[in-house]
Amino acid sequence: MSARNNILQRLRERLDGPLSAPESDFAVVTNRGWGPEERLARFERLIGSVHGEVVHASRESWTTALAEVLADKGVRRLALGKEHPVAAEARRALADAEVELVDVDREIETWQQEQFETVDAGLTSTLGAIAETGSLWLWPTPDEPRLISLVPSLHIAVLDAETLEDTFFDVVEKHGWAKGMPTNALLISGPSKTADIEQTLAYGVHGPRELVVLVRHAGTTQESPDA
Amino acid sequence: MTPVKCYPPKPEKVYFFGTCLIDLFYPEAGMDAIRLLEREGVEVLFPEDQTCCGQPAYTSGYHDEARAVAAAQLGLFPEPWPIVVPSGSCGGMMRKHYPQLFAGTDLEAQANDVAGRIHELTEFLVHVCHLQLEDRGEPEKVAMHTSCSARREMGLAETGPALLGQLGGVELVEQERAAECCGFGGTFSVRHPEISGAMVDDKAKAIEAAGAARFVTSDCGCMMNIGGRFEQQKKAVKGEHIASYLWRRTS
Amino acid sequence: MSVQTFTPREFHRQAHDALGNPQIRANFRKAMDGLMTKRRDVFSDWDLETLRELGANIRLRALAKLPDLLEQLEANCEANGIRVHWAEDGDEACRIIRGICDSHGARSVIKGKSMVSEEMHLNAHLEEAGIEALESDLGEYLVQLNEQTPSHIIMPAIHLNTDEISEILHDKTGTERSRDVDYMTAAARAQLRERFMAADVGVSGVNFAVAETGTLCLVENEGNGRMTTTVPPVHIAVTGIEKVVEHLRDVPPLYALLTRSATGQHVTTYFNMISSPRKEGEHDGPKEVHLVLVDSGRSRIYQDDELLDTLRCIRCGACMNHCPVYTRVGGHTYGTTYPGPIGSILSPHLMGLEETKDLPTASSLCGACGEVCPVKIPIPDLLVRLRRESVGEGRGNVAGAGVKRTRKEAAAWKGFEWMATHPGVWRSGTALAGKLQALMPAKLAPWTDYRTAPKPARASLHALVKQHRRRQQTDGSEGENRS
Repeated sequence: MSARNNILQRLRERLDGPLSAPESDFAVVTNRGWGPEERLARFERLIGSVHGEVVHASRESWTTALAEVLADKGVRRLALGKEHPVAAEARRALADAEVELVDVDREIETWQQEQFETVDAGLTSTLGAIAETGSLWLWPTPDEPRLISLVPSLHIAVLDAETLEDTFFDVVEKHGWAKGMPTNALLISGPSKTADIEQTLAYGVHGPRELVVLVRHAGTTQESPDA
Repeated sequence: MTPVKCYPPKPEKVYFFGTCLIDLFYPEAGMDAIRLLEREGVEVLFPEDQTCCGQPAYTSGYHDEARAVAAAQLGLFPEPWPIVVPSGSCGGMMRKHYPQLFAGTDLEAQANDVAGRIHELTEFLVHVCHLQLEDRGEPEKVAMHTSCSARREMGLAETGPALLGQLGGVELVEQERAAECCGFGGTFSVRHPEISGAMVDDKAKAIEAAGAARFVTSDCGCMMNIGGRFEQQKKAVKGEHIASYLWRRTS
Repeated sequence: MSVQTFTPREFHRQAHDALGNPQIRANFRKAMDGLMTKRRDVFSDWDLETLRELGANIRLRALAKLPDLLEQLEANCEANGIRVHWAEDGDEACRIIRGICDSHGARSVIKGKSMVSEEMHLNAHLEEAGIEALESDLGEYLVQLNEQTPSHIIMPAIHLNTDEISEILHDKTGTERSRDVDYMTAAARAQLRERFMAADVGVSGVNFAVAETGTLCLVENEGNGRMTTTVPPVHIAVTGIEKVVEHLRDVPPLYALLTRSATGQHVTTYFNMISSPRKEGEHDGPKEVHLVLVDSGRSRIYQDDELLDTLRCIRCGACMNHCPVYTRVGGHTYGTTYPGPIGSILSPHLMGLEETKDLPTASSLCGACGEVCPVKIPIPDLLVRLRRESVGEGRGNVAGAGVKRTRKEAAAWKGFEWMATHPGVWRSGTALAGKLQALMPAKLAPWTDYRTAPKPARASLHALVKQHRRRQQTDGSEGENRS
């Protein structure tokens, strides 16, 4: 404990005396004033610019779009939760599909090798997203653990269009993050990437090679903007 | 970055601080600056006891010496006239660093007063004199090298090019990496000669590659550095202080 | 490629070698040009000055409350189940980390990018204890394979080009020689995935530690940081004590500044916020999370109002990307963990001025670093401050103060002072220099190794102004023409 006390004491008995703390004005990171359409367009443009694929679907028929993505990408084993409505609906819709559904409500120690080597894709819900940066907001849960969005080569994230916020600051403030943080909170903006070899972009260096965002639109009239 | 400055109306008189490099190596640049100001109807006061702003000692860490030299300049500008300096580097020293150097000393108020009146030459010509130029020179391709002190310490990236832009016969060519340092840096060029040499080599090549017959600068340190490089390499590109260039083409 | 070691004591020799190495020159120039362009483009639609002001302000507020925030961070982390350790210096931090490893019988450590772990030579320390420490960030991995140290704080392998990297991977891991970046990346992915699964402990750095919630924030693109902090059963995060911020809402502006300043990205792929170890009922993540807070000279920097600004740094690397000196000599030349301008104002505090005496002078004070710094650290002023300390005219509170003071140089500056404070002597001197112009040596090395020597004018400005006034009086005209 002596290091702790020594350090704190040195900081408290500062040679040049106590410092005064300035107030902060956060206006520059909030109040974007974007409407829902602009928000969505920005989100799509930004996440697209970092290799994220966006697929639009209605709230009713999104699992059809999911099945198409899975077929498109040649997914044979899909890891997903059970309880979250996204996982539950997907399970119902895919019950008769060729895709094998992999349970994730298991201690990782019992299936780590399996997860790393035999799972083609992970499906997760999201709590929202950020238009300004094209970022998904995930708080992993026992139902949808942390590694599902990281280990498989394909991450499919389901996002409800109306949960988009303008900025990261808006997400933190409006959703009261400071009141209680989960074990792990994540922003995800595209698939894993690196530019460590002569600034040449390469995807999938450690995590997913591909990220597909399935954007669900409420109401039946909402057709996919670019379908 | 210097905060936005409110410029005074054109005064009857100004003080002129010539800088030691101009005094010793490029006095004609100083004279041409004085001529430009006088042509605008401004009386130029040249305090005879001026020597050096103290910057060489300051940037070398010898602040006691720098303070003594600076203190010897502070008393040379007793009337409230603006002080015009034909160098971003010395101007930056006097405007930005004099207040730091004299903070907490008896001369603090005087240093702040002097600092508040410092104008770099091109800044003064553009923002205070609203100088209008009529070009009488031959057509020519010219590159502008704005010194790092003028650009960053004094926030004057635009004033030099704005003046050259008024010269009808001058084509201002854009060099690659125009904002990059030429490698002078005062004692840096002596303490780290190889790095400084690599920097000035790149700068000279960029100016030449832009197709300029001449480069114009508002700082004699950069001119001595880049011009000396061209001369050593036996290149035809010539350097000139902006005051001389403006005077020569418009008189 | 031969293994080279670099030390700040040999800055001049190392700079000479780098300047003579066309590969190094080309690799850095290309990389820095690209990074500068990307940064400029990504900030083009922002009110950058207001954002930088906010960034500076958040960091200043955190520093103003530093001891309280560290205690709050500790309390909240502990309440969340994260164990907090304090280390006076790098050695103590290494011992703490080794102790945690030993308590788990760990033989294999996988590392996410952490500059503070480089600073304290953690890998060497662990290896001495028989614990293998493997870097997992691709750039760090390549540099480690090549038995080098990072040459940039964000892009560790920036000194290497594709061919060199292909050769390293071929030599050390047996991959095919290839210029295909996707192939090389996939090979490294496969190699490192095995190691993630096998690792006993993951060690990471921290970008921001949030006092309010006891949250550790990690910024990355690759996913190796998430792997490091999620796959092994134990996660040890190590950070300098200055990385704490007060509130969670302080994080978004700093993150926005960090990614844009560092690599010109709107955002990184991952922003990973860790607030606790695996909880009851959760299925993955480490069962133990430790936070090691390292002082290592930082509390000493903290004492001084001017030097304090050094601690605002959020380690984006923009200062080196924009530094004309760094661009030419590369990162290794500095011989320090942190190269470039931030390194030149930080390393003297970590290593003392005896070791680092050439770093504060290795700048033309062009100001590019200060101009781009996202938290507005006045880097040029701090370089000048350290020059003062080096020559013994500062406050004497930096280790090794006065090391550069020589009687000869001090006398020369005293001589300058005397001349410049005696205007009559000055005027005679400049006049004399003009008269003796012909006697000026044509060679004044090292200046004339690269340029011709300037010649004192025949008449000084003082003399010309006098003539000018006399002529004005006799003509009574003001607008006289020289020609």
